[in-house]
This record gives sequence, structure tokens and C-alpha cells, in this order.
Amino acid sequence: MIREKLPQLPHRIKAETHHLSFYYGHTRALKDINLVLGDNQVTALIGPSGCGKSTLLRSFNRMHDLYAGNRYEGEIVLYPDNTNLLDPGVDPIEVRMRLSMVFQKPNPFPKSIYENVIYGQRVRGIKKRSVLDDKCEEALTNAALWNEVKDRLHDMAFALSGGQQQRLCIARALATDPEILLFDEPTASLDPIATASIEELIHELKQKVTILIVTHNMQQAARVSDYTAYMYLGEMIEFGPTDEIFIKPKDKRTEDYITGRFG
Amino acid sequence: MCAPEFSIKNMNSSLSNSPVLAARPVSDRLAKRLSRHIGERLIEAVLFAAAAASVFITLGIVYVLVSESIEFFKQISIVDFLTDTQWTPLFDDAHYGIMVLLSGTAVSSLVALGVAIPLGTTIAIYLSEFASPRNREIAKPILELLSSIPTVVFGYFALLFVTPLLQHLMPELPGFNLLSAGLVMGIMITPIVSSLSEDAMRAVPMAMREGSYAMGATRLQTALRVIFPAAISGIGAAYILGVARAVGETMILAVAAGMQPNLVWDPREPAATITSFIVQVALGDLPHGSTGYLTIFAAGLTLMLFTLVFNIFGFWLQRRYRERY
Amino acid sequence: MRPLKTSAEVISLRANITQRKRWDVIFGLLGILALALGLMTIATLLIDMLIDGWVRFHPDFLSNFPSRHAGKAGILSAWVGSGLVMLVTAVVAVPLGVAAGVWLEEYAPKHWITDVIEINVNNLAGVPSIIYGLLALGLFVYTFHLGQSVRTAGLTLALLILPMVIVATREAIRTIPQIIREGAYALGATQWQAVKHHILPYSTPGILTGIIIGMSRAIGETAPIITIGALTFIAFLPPPPLTDVAPYLNFEWLSAPFTVMPIQIFSWTSRPEAAFQHNAAAASALLVLMTLTMNGLAIWLRYRLRKNLKW
Repeated sequence: MIREKLPQLPHRIKAETHHLSFYYGHTRALKDINLVLGDNQVTALIGPSGCGKSTLLRSFNRMHDLYAGNRYEGEIVLYPDNTNLLDPGVDPIEVRMRLSMVFQKPNPFPKSIYENVIYGQRVRGIKKRSVLDDKCEEALTNAALWNEVKDRLHDMAFALSGGQQQRLCIARALATDPEILLFDEPTASLDPIATASIEELIHELKQKVTILIVTHNMQQAARVSDYTAYMYLGEMIEFGPTDEIFIKPKDKRTEDYITGRFG
Repeated sequence: MCAPEFSIKNMNSSLSNSPVLAARPVSDRLAKRLSRHIGERLIEAVLFAAAAASVFITLGIVYVLVSESIEFFKQISIVDFLTDTQWTPLFDDAHYGIMVLLSGTAVSSLVALGVAIPLGTTIAIYLSEFASPRNREIAKPILELLSSIPTVVFGYFALLFVTPLLQHLMPELPGFNLLSAGLVMGIMITPIVSSLSEDAMRAVPMAMREGSYAMGATRLQTALRVIFPAAISGIGAAYILGVARAVGETMILAVAAGMQPNLVWDPREPAATITSFIVQVALGDLPHGSTGYLTIFAAGLTLMLFTLVFNIFGFWLQRRYRERY
Repeated sequence: MRPLKTSAEVISLRANITQRKRWDVIFGLLGILALALGLMTIATLLIDMLIDGWVRFHPDFLSNFPSRHAGKAGILSAWVGSGLVMLVTAVVAVPLGVAAGVWLEEYAPKHWITDVIEINVNNLAGVPSIIYGLLALGLFVYTFHLGQSVRTAGLTLALLILPMVIVATREAIRTIPQIIREGAYALGATQWQAVKHHILPYSTPGILTGIIIGMSRAIGETAPIITIGALTFIAFLPPPPLTDVAPYLNFEWLSAPFTVMPIQIFSWTSRPEAAFQHNAAAASALLVLMTLTMNGLAIWLRYRLRKNLKW
């Protein structure tokens, strides 16, 4: 299917959606989405507000299961073990243990910096202090926050600035060794300097983890991503290497959006 | 908490103060408006008087309690009142040690809280984080019916149902005791604790829950590790308002705990509380102005001070969590 | 960061989840159990009262005065007294409470006086009922010399439920969106006209709910009534409010001595003889059914309100 149509797809694939549709009650919010995520690549979802890009992202870790009346159709397959994340037999908790998520607004828990970072280990029942300490340092280092907070790990997380809080949330997500990291407009509530540092971080993180990011900032998509999908009204209009999408989009609607003629 | 209000009050006052309106020539229409204006002000004055009346209730309470207590403390030294370990105001050898009554109040309240806090918190977590919205809407009002049962009936229930039941387990238990009164009181205040705690937990933003679930947490882990700590000041307020209610509860204790003033720490014993002592005196026939009569106001003042402290602290905590989110 | 997920890893992951979710199930059961304990208490209490009082369920029980003989005793003076006291309470508390609530929501300026009144209302709601009894004893009985009468009891209970009526009024008014007021003002309404034609009618069901809950609280209150010294043996009725001679109204009942249902229950409960406890149980069952009905009505009203009103 999508692989035949797109010869320039990534060599190694981490996850793939097959005919994914999503319903809020009777509203069909996603229509037959086919998307692949390259291993250790950044894939960006762009499109106007309400196009379903966040809905698609939140389908990956089954966030929609938290609310009644939501329904999926189709599959999201995780490789190499071929697990269908949407399979009713797969517990959403299992999915969320393998895929982590960073939200639009930083949402640290009302706990210390340390407890925030190791929250994932705590809920998994890991109690060994040395393991937790190592994990905390590793995650904070990977999130480029260690040097700023290493002397005040036991301060409340709310004391950090907005950009630091978001990097803390990234550290929290990294500390669980996710296979895919989901970003839902992670810089929407941040100032330009904090945004730049998060973008730089995403760029470095792809060495270690597969990333799917929703953004409505097209420059951001162009800067950080390897592949880009353009969505409109719940449909995937165009998907391909970021350069191609931005330089010579095949679809008129993508071109209009990219060039700012609407959106 | 709410969007900036568009205030009618301010608009009105700025209109009536407006020099443009005031400078207009007197006409029939203005005269009409003037009478309308007076009518409006009259109504506002009446409504204000009603609101201000509530302040006079408080002033009345303070006046009655303080003035009668001053009379009382002219006869009994405040040091004796606070330190004496006997309370026998109606005997010839009268002692006025409020500690005795406070101990009964404290023990029965602790028993009640021992029931209401675990039960109320469990129910609150269950309703806020586990139950479906539909079940919550059904369970909550039914539970709140518990608080609507007259306390004298709860007293009867404690004395003639719960105490005999407990006597099967503890044959030594006297017919009047703080334990069964406290247990029933605990059930009675459970809805207060659960409903206020649940409000506090549901005020925690959804982003917190999503953050926790996204980390692979279960419901219980989310509830205990994130929601409960985030709502802790509101839950604290719920506990404290529960305490205030337990301390002020009267009839259950008057009926089921006996009214013997004992300095107790054992809930299995009978004892008088501040509230049940007031009832006991009111039941008798003490002449107005006698020392015995004055004691109930001194006891009432003590009770009022305690509940005031609890209520103020509770409201302060409540306001704190409301401001945070 | 993590290489391939081996099947062994997936299995241990799933085992971890199963173990953790077991606690979810345990806590869920605990929650249901805690709820059931609360609900079972209501049921047990009601059934216990019905069984204990069953022998006394007879029309005579409603039409007899209290008596030295448990078998002949009834609650006539108690339920008539409760009715009259409630009448006084409602007449005082409803207009006062609604007016205060309207002022606080619609008129109150941002001013320290408003803050004082608000804090005061909140605090009054937390004052134990027996304190209101002491207020009534010191003020109504011994300062204003209103006696241990229907009016003293009615006034005392009115003060007790006043904060509830005020809070209910405010909450009901607060649900009315600002555009309703703006609409009224745009058509030239004065502030009072906006209140009279819009605010009050739209908030009536909410206010009514608060009044019913307040009245159900008042009808079961015992402590303040005992404190004013009203626990006496009453084997007569207050003079009727309506007479056959002009002006057909008689207010002597206001100053008459009285008894009320909860007082009657208390006095029977404190008798050692089991026969009187049957009377107490029967009267309790009636009182509980009455308060449960009133609260049920309030819940139903609130439910209807929420369903019908979509601003």
C-alpha cells in the first residue's frame, strides 16, 4: 500500500497505521489514515486547527480510551514485534509504557523535580534508589536540564520556568525508555528562546528514539522533521520527506497551506 | 476562577454620578425617572438590610456568649476553668474544669473521624476517579441523604441499635458510651468529607490525569500519586470541616453517650461533651442568672471558639486550592 | 534508546500490568463497599425504626396527645407544633435569605462591608446548632421576653437555616449568564426590574431546592429547641390561627407553648421503658420519611433543573 506509492520511505520502519479511522461518538475525526514512522526519524504532523493531527497523535498511546464514547477503526502496528496498538486485547497501559508523550502545556505533577522524572519508574514498581538516581540523571541529561537542576532535585517542579518545565516533562517521558516519543505541540505555550532549545533537543533525541510531533508552526516542522504529513479535515492529504513536502508538494491543498494561502 | 465580570453595579453608579445626566432640565420624564430612582434605591436598601441582618446574628451570638461568660468568670476564676480536672457545676461542691467536657468532645470526635476520614476519602476517590459519571450522579445525592437524617434519630439508632450490636462483641460495654455515638457520628459526617474531598479532586485539571496515564500509570496510581497530592489542601479542608461538624454535634451524644462528666480517654466509657452538657442543663430547671445557668454560656463560648478556628482554617485551605487551579 | 522488544520483555511487561491492575480492582471493590456501608446505614436505620415502631402505627398515634401510658400516647401536639414552628421559620427565613442572596449577587459593591457579610454568612453556616439555641435563650427568651413559644422556636430555626437559604440563592443566581441581564438592561429595565422579571424567576427552582433542604434540616433540629427550654409535657394544641369571628385571624398561637416531633422523640428515647421506645421509633420513622421525602424532592428538582436548563 503506502510503501509502494512512496519509494523514498525510510528503510527501517518503527510503526505504521493501516486504514486508521477514529470516531468521537458519531463524528468521524480521522479518515482512513495510512502513515509510517521511520526508526530514529522525526515525523511531523501539520495542518490547520481541527484537522485531526492531535487526534491522530493521541491515538498512538490510546489517550482517547480515557473518555467514553470514543472508537478506533484500523490498526497501528508497532515493529519489530508486530503488535497492533489498537487491538482490544492490548491494554492501553501497555501501549503507554512503550510510547511516551509530551503535552502541549507543560504538566509537571505537584511533586519534586526528582519525583517527576522517576514517576514512570515509580508506577512500574521500581524501588531501588541507585537505579532511580541513575535514571533521573540520565533522563535529565538527555533532556538538557541536568546542569540547571542538579543542585535542586528536591525542589517543587512548579518552581521551574515554562521552558524548563517542558524539558522536565520530556525528561519524565524519556526516563521510561520509550520506543516512540509523542510530542503534542510541545512549544505552543513557550517563548521563542525556550522553543529553540526544545527544537534543538528534539533534533538530538532522534539519535535515540523515534519521534512523532504535532505542530502548527510550519517552520518548526521544516526545521526538526525528516518526514512530514499534511492533514486536512481528518484526512491525510500528503505524506513524504519533509524537503519534498515543503519544496514541491504534489497536492494543491498542501501547497496552499505551505505557502500560507490558507490555514 | 471566573472571567472578569462585567459589573452592572459599577455601570449603575457611574450613570447616576454622571454630570451629563444631572445637568439635564427637569421634565416630566425626568421626574418619573427620579421617582423610579428613589424606588430602586429603596429596594436596594431593603435588600442590603436583609444581607446586613446576617451580621447581626453573629453579633447577637457573640454578645450573648461573651456577656454571660463575663458574668460567669466574675464568679469562677479562668485558671480553675482551664485547669480543674472535675466538672460538677450542679453539685454543692462545684468544680468547673472544662477539660472534662473537652475530653468527651475530643474522644467522640476522634472516633467519628476514625470512621469518616477513611470512609469519606475512599468514597471520594472512588467517585472522582473510578465511577462513571452516571453512577456518580446517582450515588452522590443518595449518600448525602445520610446528612439529612435528624440527629436525634441517629442518637436513637446509636443507643438502641449500635450499642447492643457492639455489646455482642464487647460484653463489658456500658449502655451509654462514646464509642457507638462516635461511630454513628462518623457515618453521619462521611458525606461531608467525601463530597468536599471529591470536589477538590475533580478540580484537579485533566492535564494532570492525562500526564499520569500517559506514563503508563493505573487508575489507582494516578489517584493516589497525582490527584490526591494535588488536591491535598481541599481534602484537608474537607477533613477540618468534618471535625468542626463532629465537635458541634449534640443530640447523638446527648442520647447515646450518657451525660456523666468524666475525664476520659477511653471511648468505651460514657461521658459528657460540651454540647451534651448544655442540653443537660437546659433540661433541668436552673434559675436565670445562677452560676449553673451561666456555665452553659461559658461552655458555649468554648465550643464557638473551637468551631470558629476549625471553620476559618478550613475555608482558608479551601480558598487556597481554588486559587491554585 | 531501546533495541528490539523481545517476547520475554513483552511478557514481563504484561505481568507487571496485571499485577498493578489487580490493585485497581481491589480498590474499586473497596469503594463500592464504602458506598454500600453508607447506603446500608440509611436502610438499616429506617428498617430498624419501622420494626421497632410497627406496633404504634395506627391512626390514633397521629391524633393522640402524649400520655403517661405509652400505649395511648400519640404525636398530635408534636406534629401540629412542628407545622406551626416551620410556618414561622419559613415566613422569616425565606424572604430574608432570598433578599440577602439577591443583594450579595446583584447589588453588592466591591467593598469591605460586602466582604464582611460574605465571610459572616460562610461562618454562620458552620456554627453548631446548639449555639443558636444559646443565642435564642439569652436574647429571645430572657432579653426580648418572647417566652418558650412557637415564635421563639420558629425564629431560632429561621436564623439557623438562613445561611443555607442565602447560599442556595446565590448559587442559583450565579448560574444565570450575564447576557440575560444585559438583554434586560438593553430594553431599558431598571436593576430591580431585571431582578424581578428575570433573575428571580430563572433562579426559582434552585432557590426552592435550597429552601426545601433548609426546612428539612429545621424540622429535625432538636438541640436549639431543647436549649430554649421547650422540653415539657404538652397535652394541648396552640389556639388555632383561623377563627370564626372577624378578623378571622388569630395570632395567639405564636406565643403558645409547644412541642415538636424531634423533642417528642428525644423525650420518649430518654424513658427507660421499652414501650416508650416503640413510640420513639414510630415517631422517628415518620420524621425520617418526612426529611427523606423533602430531600428526595430537592434532588429531583435539582436534577430536573440541570436537565432543562441549557444556557
